[in-house]
Amino acid sequence: MAVDPRLVIAGEPRVQRFGATERHLHTIHATAFSLLLLSGFALYLPFLAQIISDRPLMKAIHLLTAVGWLTALALVVLLGDRAALRSARREIERFDADDLLFVRRRRAAAGRFNGGQKAHAVLQAALSLLFVISGVLLWLGERDTQLRLPGTLALHDAATLLLAALTAGHIFKALSTAGSLEAVTRGTVSARYAAQHHEKWRPPLPAARERRAIAPTELALAALVLAAGAAAVALVL
Amino acid sequence: MDDGTPIGRRAFAGFVGVGLSSLAWGGAAMDLLAQSTKLVPESMRSALPFGKGWRIYAVNPPHPRFDPATWRLRIDGLVERPQTFTYAQLQALPQARQTSDFVCVTGWSVDDVRWAGVRFDDLLATARPLNSATALKFISAEQPYEDSLTLAQLRAPDAMLALQMDDAPLQREHGAPVRVVMPQMYGYKGVKWVSRIVVTDRVEDGYWQQRGYDRDAWIGGSNGR
Repeated sequence: MAVDPRLVIAGEPRVQRFGATERHLHTIHATAFSLLLLSGFALYLPFLAQIISDRPLMKAIHLLTAVGWLTALALVVLLGDRAALRSARREIERFDADDLLFVRRRRAAAGRFNGGQKAHAVLQAALSLLFVISGVLLWLGERDTQLRLPGTLALHDAATLLLAALTAGHIFKALSTAGSLEAVTRGTVSARYAAQHHEKWRPPLPAARERRAIAPTELALAALVLAAGAAAVALVL
Repeated sequence: MDDGTPIGRRAFAGFVGVGLSSLAWGGAAMDLLAQSTKLVPESMRSALPFGKGWRIYAVNPPHPRFDPATWRLRIDGLVERPQTFTYAQLQALPQARQTSDFVCVTGWSVDDVRWAGVRFDDLLATARPLNSATALKFISAEQPYEDSLTLAQLRAPDAMLALQMDDAPLQREHGAPVRVVMPQMYGYKGVKWVSRIVVTDRVEDGYWQQRGYDRDAWIGGSNGR
């Protein structure tokens, strides 16, 4: 396996697994999900509602987090390394024969993402979209009775249960697999970890990373996204 | 390296599609699921993360506290004799019992809630509303929540001012010590933590009506249903 000498730390060769853009997306998503889950539980579970009886505050936190989450995601996509995100998406949405074996819990060689990680990412994305749609409908339904659909609450609830279970599994795997957490905290894993868990992955030699200049159009769009986020905040409160 | 097939993209689209279709059938599915939880003993049912559980809605924290020593219910407005009840005096009025469903306008409901409390004719017997009276305005200790119901609506056989829920004194988050129970209407008409009842000659818009909800909140016949 080719290892960039610059990534050798304390005598152990390391390879780049996630770039800064990917890690920022992960941090934003993880933080927002935790806040949304906690404030959501305070709105949803009677025993918590007794302890945290400030429903309007919990609701405001829930809505603000949702707006902040979407705004921050849009900004990272806009200003970050979009080529890296595109290639990550392409890797995640394609399942080869080994990935399908992996999902069936057989031994299989994995690329940068194994079959389980791919399935997890796909479900996270789908459930996130369903959360946004059902959440917006819940919010609108409070204002316009025509938009109160019979299944909105059920969809938001079911998505919560599914995503909480999925995320618990994700965190369990991350904590129980030695060396995997560094991929998301530092962006790198040891070459030994890569060879052991991602046999088919050929980490590219990090080319001398040129700083990608941010185009003026991107800055203008980013300002627009921020303004839209601010408008959404004003609207939900 | 074999690139594989875009199964992930198809799974994403399929999953989102099924999820969106549940906007139509999700309510019925939740009802069905809740029915099936009746197979579970009642004591364990509340531990289930789905099904027909209460959700506690409130508008101005913290939930009002009930102190039996100082608590009073005032009934005034268009009455011959304004009244002030202590909790013990309310308990001394004729107590009615009923089992009815509680339905929230946002889509959840709780079946077979056992209520005990005072029918409104009994409650108003000593105050004696004037001939011009047509409605009651219920004012919550949780300001600014209030809502009104007409005297005709309150004569429904299952309308009451409840002191007990499921064989125990009303819990704090359910509106202790007394709340309005109006099973034929959505839950927002059932004012919790009632501290004052004003007899009026017209129905005034309550907390949620000022925010776009229907005044007459008949289940299945209002609020876009």
